[in-house]
Amino acid sequence: MSESRFRGTDRYVATDDLMMAVNAAVTLGRPLLVKGEPGTGKTQLAEEVALALNRPFLQWHIKSTTKAQQGLYEYDAVSRLRDSQLGDARVHDIGNYIVKGKLWEAFTTEIQPVLLIDEIDKADIEFPNDLLHELDRMEFFVYETRQVVKARHRPIIIITSNNEKELPDAFLRRCFFHYIRFPDKETMERIVNVHYPNLKKRLLSEALEAFFEIRDVPGLKKRPSTSELLDWIKLLVAEDIPPEALRGDQRKLIPPLYGALLKNEQDVHLFERLLFMSRRKKD
Amino acid sequence: MMTDFFLKLRQAGIPVTLTEFLTLLEALSQRVTAHSIEEFYYLARATLVKDERYYDRFDQVFGSHFQGLETLFDEIIGARVPLEWLHKLAELTLSEEDKQWIESLGGWEKLMETFAKRLTEQEGRHQGGNKWIGTAGTSPYGAYGYNPEGIRIGQETSRHRRAVKVWDRREFRNLDDTLELGTRNIKIALRRLRRFAREGAARELDLDDTIRSTARNAGWLELKMVPERHNAVKVLLFLDVGGSMDDHVRVCEELFSAARGEFKHLEYFYFHNMVYEGLWKDNRRRYTEKTATLSVLNTFGHDYKLILVGDATMSPYEITYPGGSVEHFNPEAGDVWLSRLLTAWPHAIWLNPQPQNRWSYIPSIQMVRELMGERMFPLTLEGLEQGIRALQRAR
Ligand SMILES: Nc1ncnc2c1ncn2[C@@H]1O[C@H](COP(=O)(O)OP(=O)(O)OP(=O)(O)O)[C@@H](O)[C@H]1O
Ligand SMILES: [Mg+2]
Repeated sequence: MSESRFRGTDRYVATDDLMMAVNAAVTLGRPLLVKGEPGTGKTQLAEEVALALNRPFLQWHIKSTTKAQQGLYEYDAVSRLRDSQLGDARVHDIGNYIVKGKLWEAFTTEIQPVLLIDEIDKADIEFPNDLLHELDRMEFFVYETRQVVKARHRPIIIITSNNEKELPDAFLRRCFFHYIRFPDKETMERIVNVHYPNLKKRLLSEALEAFFEIRDVPGLKKRPSTSELLDWIKLLVAEDIPPEALRGDQRKLIPPLYGALLKNEQDVHLFERLLFMSRRKKD
Repeated sequence: MMTDFFLKLRQAGIPVTLTEFLTLLEALSQRVTAHSIEEFYYLARATLVKDERYYDRFDQVFGSHFQGLETLFDEIIGARVPLEWLHKLAELTLSEEDKQWIESLGGWEKLMETFAKRLTEQEGRHQGGNKWIGTAGTSPYGAYGYNPEGIRIGQETSRHRRAVKVWDRREFRNLDDTLELGTRNIKIALRRLRRFAREGAARELDLDDTIRSTARNAGWLELKMVPERHNAVKVLLFLDVGGSMDDHVRVCEELFSAARGEFKHLEYFYFHNMVYEGLWKDNRRRYTEKTATLSVLNTFGHDYKLILVGDATMSPYEITYPGGSVEHFNPEAGDVWLSRLLTAWPHAIWLNPQPQNRWSYIPSIQMVRELMGERMFPLTLEGLEQGIRALQRAR
């Protein structure tokens, strides 16, 4: 029997409020919309929920050109055209050319799955509205084959957004919502720990110190997030950087390998300039 | 208790709808949360708030509403919710959209019926062991009434109190951006104005349609073309660059750069305090290179949306009298010109960087606002959103 409540996993740290949002969505069978800064674990969440609750995992990644219909099915007319010109007998059954979309798959898996609709805000503004009907009714109609596809169970749907666009109210009303706040030091320590359980305590605390300090630099275009921190720590370990090197008089030293944290050229300049200025003040 | 909470959230400007409130009640009835008020806080937030900008306001309302009530928690949410009460609440708070949604589900009666049924099913299943729905012996709603004061108890009696409650930490304070307006926020607000359309010459191959038509055509190739897709909204931006606007330069620049990035059809002009017969495009050459307002009126079609940005802070003469301008002699009064603009471009708003609570003390703002048919909005994110909505409304 699978666990019925989500509490995070040994690879993913979930805060209390996130657990509540997930469990409410699972219990009531409504979608969960997750927002938050880039790199705060939005995408990974759905996979971990699937893992923890022991469900199949389906991922629908949204691009600017994605249409809601593609989540249901697509009619592959090109193949049919080719087959007809080659005289293939399959051509007579239009059903052979209906390609199932992710929502269709999610409706028909044997066990209730977790479906991730990733970066929904990338699509056209109307996209979420176009899905409302199917999400409400949990069924849709395939015109080509005159068939109704009904959900065997309500899939657990987790939707992420990076806030590129506002989502329609009608859509929001049907979802639970959770905003992943940027992890505080304590939570971040736990997150790093699940990724690098054997990291030396000193290195971890110095790295976090330096990391949060960089995040506090005013005026950065792109503040480093969890994923940058993890990358950086990986490099620090690989290069065998000692904890002391992260320290010194922090404002006087550029942390080693900081290119992993600041990826935007302007930010690097800004950071170097600030360091330069503070150094001059102290000398 | 719960209903008061709901109304307070609405008063605080959080757009909670009845649908969401019902979802919360349903979640409680399905025992999504165990017993702590902290869990209840998380659940309520995930159910009722759909935008992190409102988290901080939610925290404040939650804090003030449930203060000192932790020990009564079970009763608070265990109260039976009478249907008549929901009716009344609905009348008070349902938006047009809500009503349509409810109609689509078979009408209000049906919805309530389903809801009531769901609740009783729950009750049956848990045989009184259910804390969320009125257990035997729990007084019905009316027993402790609407007034939270009536059941407030001293904080000392609360055994489960924590040092600082989550909602009292106000961790989301800086996400409430009614004050702060950055280019990015402006962009998001402006995006609401997007209306994609395929206009102009058919230049793009419509692959889908080509394939479809060819397939339908039993394999005889049939090419289909469509025009390119782009944001078809057209915007005219008129910016006040008068002296009193100096304080607001930054926000105007941000608005301008966001708008430039967002709209393919964007035309902008400058004015000083009020619009008269001349506008200009380059502020350094405002005295030498003026564009006649009349020709602007004749150049841009009625489908342009007009956004005026200015503090509307001036002497009333500058609005109502010929020759009232501080800079030059204007043969016709400012209000005449403004009315002309509004006739030419019925979709128009005025964004004002002055704090809204000062508006009523400045007569010229009142006058301009009246001329605008009340379509003046503060240059905050909220104001911008309201303004954009006003622009979208059919006139
Ligand atoms: N709570 C967490 N527990 C464990 N790992 C985390 C957590 N949050 C983030 N990470 C790690 O940070 C990295 C980024 O996570 P993920 O890709 O899910 O972020 P995202 O929010 O989807 O980012 P984007 O907005 O860029 O898509 C991953 O390597 C993930 O393992
Ligand atoms: Mg992601």
